[in-house]
Parts: sequence; C-alpha cells; structure tokens
Amino acid sequence: MSPRQTTPQHDFFRGIWQENPVLIQMLGLCPALAVTNTTRNALVMGIATFFVLVGSSFLVSLVKKVVPNEVRISTYILIIATFVTVADMTLEALVPDTHKDLGAFIALIVVNCMILSRQEAFASKNTIGRSLLDAFGTGIGFIIAMLMMGVVREVLGAGTIFDVKVIPGNFEPWVIFVLPPGGFLTLGFWLLLLNWFQEKRAERAKVREWPEGVAEGRVA
Amino acid sequence: MTAPQQLEVRKDVPAWQLLVTLGLAGALAGLVLVFVYQVTLPRIEYNKAVRLAAAVQEVLKAPYRYDTLYVLDDQLATQLPEGTDPKTLEAIYLGYTEDDVRIGFAITRAEAGFADLINVIFGYDHATGNVLGMKVLESKETPGLGDKIEKDMDFVTSFDGVLAPIQGVKAGRGSGDSHEVDLITGATISSRTLIRIINNALERLEPMLDSYLATASASATVEAVQ
Repeated sequence: MSPRQTTPQHDFFRGIWQENPVLIQMLGLCPALAVTNTTRNALVMGIATFFVLVGSSFLVSLVKKVVPNEVRISTYILIIATFVTVADMTLEALVPDTHKDLGAFIALIVVNCMILSRQEAFASKNTIGRSLLDAFGTGIGFIIAMLMMGVVREVLGAGTIFDVKVIPGNFEPWVIFVLPPGGFLTLGFWLLLLNWFQEKRAERAKVREWPEGVAEGRVA
Repeated sequence: MTAPQQLEVRKDVPAWQLLVTLGLAGALAGLVLVFVYQVTLPRIEYNKAVRLAAAVQEVLKAPYRYDTLYVLDDQLATQLPEGTDPKTLEAIYLGYTEDDVRIGFAITRAEAGFADLINVIFGYDHATGNVLGMKVLESKETPGLGDKIEKDMDFVTSFDGVLAPIQGVKAGRGSGDSHEVDLITGATISSRTLIRIINNALERLEPMLDSYLATASASATVEAVQ
C-alpha cells in the first residue's frame, strides 16, 4: 500500500498544528488533563512523551519489514514500554521530585494512544527519516499543548510559572485550576478559543470566494 | 483519491516466526532495561537516601542527630557483624536532642495499599506511646483520591501526637479519644491501610524497642557507676 503523498515539511508541521495530537486529534488527553497542574510537570511529561514517541517511531520504522503483521501491535507495545521504562528510571534519577509528582502517569505513557497511533498509522508504513520527522512534529505539538495547559493552570491556580511569582500584588489564586476540574475547564476553554478562531478563518475564506455582495445578502 | 488498491493475499506466517520475533524483541528490551537500570541505580539510591534523611528529620521534629538501628534476629543492633550488608536489613532511626535526650524512633514499613505498596515512615515516642509525625515515602495510590494520604495535610498532621494503637474513624464521627484519626472521605481504603501499617509496625517492633531500651539504660547505669 502506498502511503499518501506528503512533503517532508508537511510530515513535520502537521503534528504541531494542523493535526495537533491533543488539541485537534484529542489523543493523549489523560496526561494533558492529569499532570498539567504546574508548568514543570507539564514540561517534564511532554519531554518524556516526546522521547518515547521519537524513539519508538524510529525503531518501529526500522523493524517494520521484519515484524510479522500478526504480532505487530504486541511488538510496538513492547518497544514503547521499553522506552517508557527507560524514561521512568532516568527521570527518577535526574528529577526525583517531579518524578514523584507525576507518579503513575509516567508508566501510563505506554497506553498513550497518541504514540501507538503514530506507530500504526505512520511509522510502520514510512521510511525512517519521514517517521522521525512525523514523530518530532507530533512530539513538539504534544509539548506545546501540555505547556498551553500547564502555564494557564499554574498562573491562575497558583499565580506562578515554574514556581516564580508572575502575578504581583495580593492575587488570590483560583485553586480550582490546579485541581482536576481545572484541567477540564482549561482544556475546554482552549478548545473553544481554537475552534472559534478556526471557524472565523473558514468563514473569512468562504466570504472571499463568494461573488460580490452575496455575503451581505445583496443578491441581485 | 488514489485508485483502489489490489488486496494483498497474506500467507500464513508460521508460529515459530511469531515466537522468535516476540522472543527476540523481549530479550533485547530486557537487555536495554538491565543496562539503564544499572546506570541509573546509584543516583536513584542516593536520591532515596536524601529523601529518607529529610523524612527522618520531619517525623522526629528535627532531631539534633540520629542513630541507625538494624533489626537483626528480632533484636535491635547498632553494630553489625562482619560481612553483613546494611542495605539488606530493615533499619529504624533513633533521634536525640542536642542534650542527648531520646526524642523517639523513626520507623518505616511498607504494606500493600489500594494500588501497589505504601511505604510510610513515622516517628514514635516509646516513653509516652505517642506518634510524633507521619510521612508517606512512596505510594502509587489513585491520583486525586487515594493519594490524599500524602497530599491532604490535615490528614497528615492529624498523626502528630496521636496515641498508638491508632484507630481510624469516619470524619466527624469520632468521640474525641486521643487514639483516633479521621479517615479521608474518598480515600477510606488508603487511609485505613495507612493506619494499619503503623499499628502493625508498632506491634512487631514494640518488644524489640522495649528490650533495646532496657539494655541501653542498663549499660548507661553501669557506665555511670564506673
């Protein structure tokens, strides 16, 4: 089966915006909701996921011809789980406090559907170079989405970014934003904003295509 | 749209090939993990030791110094016989004030919680039977519910000064008894387990603490007489 024809630029940038895993594809929402209560946690989680995604995409693309179709999913999961365990041990050695905060969610990267979907939909069908581009793009898209969540939640919920106070004066933190409901609220508002923005853009594009006067209802 | 593609007819792959693929992948994964484990282990152990020392400070309310006692043949020992690896032994910590007055013991114990082991350290004043403080060293309890046993500071501080054995009561249903600790709504199993861990640890260690303190005070008297 020949894959869809895309350019390398498209492979890379698609994951960052157009098909952003969290904001557009709605994949990997579990970490995006659960561990984005501070910017640091969001960033570390994003980087760990990025590492797992890039590593697995590379390996899956490398072995795509040798792995029989019947056991491909098990092999992908095995590869992903290995990278996750490596990330888990490395984080525990390097940033023990954040590792403790993230807790079970690091191990849960194994079941992040964003990662498996990139293996099944892309890395197993494309060359190593393009799989890497795709993984880099998607991984960066994921980190951006995590930061969008983490920054908003930490600023509103604690008045800080990376534990540095950013809101001066006697700001009373909206504690709900660092609690689980805050995750849903933040994601909801981001999606509302982004969808509204895209709709506006689509409308403008449509108006441009129409004959003069039609958009204003002045059809002759 | 691309033209409809010819469906490939797949041949059956023999079972041995599947087994070899998965077996090989598993073996390689194992090899990688062993390597990474060995590289990261020293650093992880160092982090754990730092965290433990900080936890001892916390649950014994900042002791001036503390001794490490090892559980050896149901006895507490400060000195180990030659060739014993201290890492393999259960250890408890005895804290002193600046004037060499015993503050209490810091005791760790791990037991199965709602998810995986809960590893807890607590300070215990043997003379009065008071728990001095409690801290969860490690747990994988459900985020947002069970993990309140370490994040709900009201619950954590409610162990300060409670009398052992501890009794968990539903929040607001207690009779004001000094053995009581309020359980957490939404983390009933985890908080009850935590209390059980502390009680079990004390039940097991109490005789050892008794005999250790008896010999320690006996030798202190001998020293004083000489």
